[in-house]
Amino acid sequence: MTQLIWNGIFIGAFYALVALGYSMVYGIIKLLNFAHGDIYMLGAFGGFAMLTAFGGSVAGGSIVALLIVLVLSMLGTGMFGVVLERVAYRPVRTAPRLNALITAVGASFTIEYGTSLVAGPNPEVYPVQLSGSALHVLDAHINIQQIVLVGIAVALMIAMNLWVLRTRSGRAMRAISQDPKACLYMGVNVDGVISWAFFIGSALAGAAGVMAGAYFGTVNFLMGFIIGLKAFTAAVIGGIGNIPGAVLGGILLGLLESFGTAWLGGQWRDVFTFVVLILLLTVRPTGLLGERVTERV
Amino acid sequence: MSTANALVISDLNVRYGHVQALSGLSLSVGEGEIVAVLGNNGAGKTTTLATVSGVVRAVGGRVTAFGKDITNGKPWDIVGAGIVHVPEGRRIFSRLSVHENLQMGGYLVGDRAAIARRTRRVYELFPRLGERRKQEGGTLSGGEQQMLAVGRALIAEPRLMMLDEPSMGLAPLVVKDIMGVIKAINETGTSVLLVEQNARAALAIADRAYVIETGTVALSGRAADLATDSRVVDAYLGA
Ligand SMILES: Nc1ncnc2c1ncn2[C@@H]1O[C@H](COP(=O)(O)OP(=O)(O)OP(=O)(O)O)[C@@H](O)[C@H]1O
Ligand SMILES: [Mg+2]
Repeated sequence: MTQLIWNGIFIGAFYALVALGYSMVYGIIKLLNFAHGDIYMLGAFGGFAMLTAFGGSVAGGSIVALLIVLVLSMLGTGMFGVVLERVAYRPVRTAPRLNALITAVGASFTIEYGTSLVAGPNPEVYPVQLSGSALHVLDAHINIQQIVLVGIAVALMIAMNLWVLRTRSGRAMRAISQDPKACLYMGVNVDGVISWAFFIGSALAGAAGVMAGAYFGTVNFLMGFIIGLKAFTAAVIGGIGNIPGAVLGGILLGLLESFGTAWLGGQWRDVFTFVVLILLLTVRPTGLLGERVTERV
Repeated sequence: MSTANALVISDLNVRYGHVQALSGLSLSVGEGEIVAVLGNNGAGKTTTLATVSGVVRAVGGRVTAFGKDITNGKPWDIVGAGIVHVPEGRRIFSRLSVHENLQMGGYLVGDRAAIARRTRRVYELFPRLGERRKQEGGTLSGGEQQMLAVGRALIAEPRLMMLDEPSMGLAPLVVKDIMGVIKAINETGTSVLLVEQNARAALAIADRAYVIETGTVALSGRAADLATDSRVVDAYLGA
């Protein structure tokens, strides 16, 4: 039981990190960024490339080396997200929603098969694999590495939440999600703030990618697809556009999968996710923490 | 009036696709003046303000503020130049608190101490906002939202404040309050460009006024004179 809960939280932390960017981008420009999962994949590949290049110097998989690679990958994926928004999404921002959605699907394929061209279609094995001694908490096996990864994920989520709630640009981001035009009247460079949102969301996805590569050991160019769908599900569970909702949704989805797998068998895991998504969309389309409507006319 | 001009709009042309919204509109606001702009629905009042703010592009003409050409400038440069727009319909951020709404007004003000000082002054000016500082903007009454919209603009400490129909949807007593506040803001040295449908309320506090029809100035003059001009009385002040 404790084991199932821990497994759920561990996987859920990855979902939450990716879901945050998904939900934030949706909240601010109402775009379902289907390429978001692929940014996670790029993070994993970026980490792979750097660790391979540094070669033996990081043998043994020290956490410090991994942290450096993590930060560099976050910067790289963050900038990639900014460029993606600039070249693919900004031109269609005022176009009908469907155009933007198709653009996002196109961006997703472009990134996936572009990566396959550059890095090859076969899965790569991460040069650093985290495996180590396990702690026994109640009756669960918990590795130190898992704790470190969850710790990093939580730290990133807290940092991002502080950014959204406490900083000038975070406040502007929330304001833009409500009324971009009014933000122009306040003198907000709306495009600039949107770029920041893409940077931060993409950096979080990149971080999740590096950690997943290091933990699960392999990376491949399609690895972003499924996690993208799961992050979307997590975002919808929490209420898309809602930042704490994305974290809650990610953890809940992780727990649901963990228990679902235990009861129904591993082959049902992904089916389970989508059943949850469909049920939720039917029963409570606004998600658990979905937007309350308090506007007065 | 005074010698220097806060705002000069000359021969402005604006189009939305095929719709010509402004055709050769010219007006000016002297420093320290309150200038009212009256006109029917669709005359081009909001378009005029939005063009000054850089939110709508002019295809012809010039906008000069405090001696500087700001035609088709970036919205943030225009706010940075001291021109703040209190938009039609208030556009309060409904899910930000009252306090955060005010902070948004100071987006371009680098000095946090100045923002804090001005916020305190807004709470003194509008005690109701101070009492509701933690409340979400969307839950305020219409009058309170208008106070918040004006307060939010004050945080930027504008040299020219442009207000688009601040009296819209408000009870007569509240309209009187708002007009009093605008007059008081003007007396601290802020120039005011006031767009209104409520001609009577606007003319009561304005120094000069323009009447615009289909995108161009049809009539202009001293507010006191226009208030008794038969064309204005018939069309905008009722019998
Ligand atoms: N975004 C837009 N797209 C197309 N046409 C527009 C747009 N905004 C305004 N117009 C048109 O431009 C003209 C001027 O509109 P504007 O909003 O400036 O009028 P207004 O004087 O502010 O009217 P009101 O008193 O109703 O607010 C109108 O004919 C209007 O239909
Ligand atoms: Mg208007």
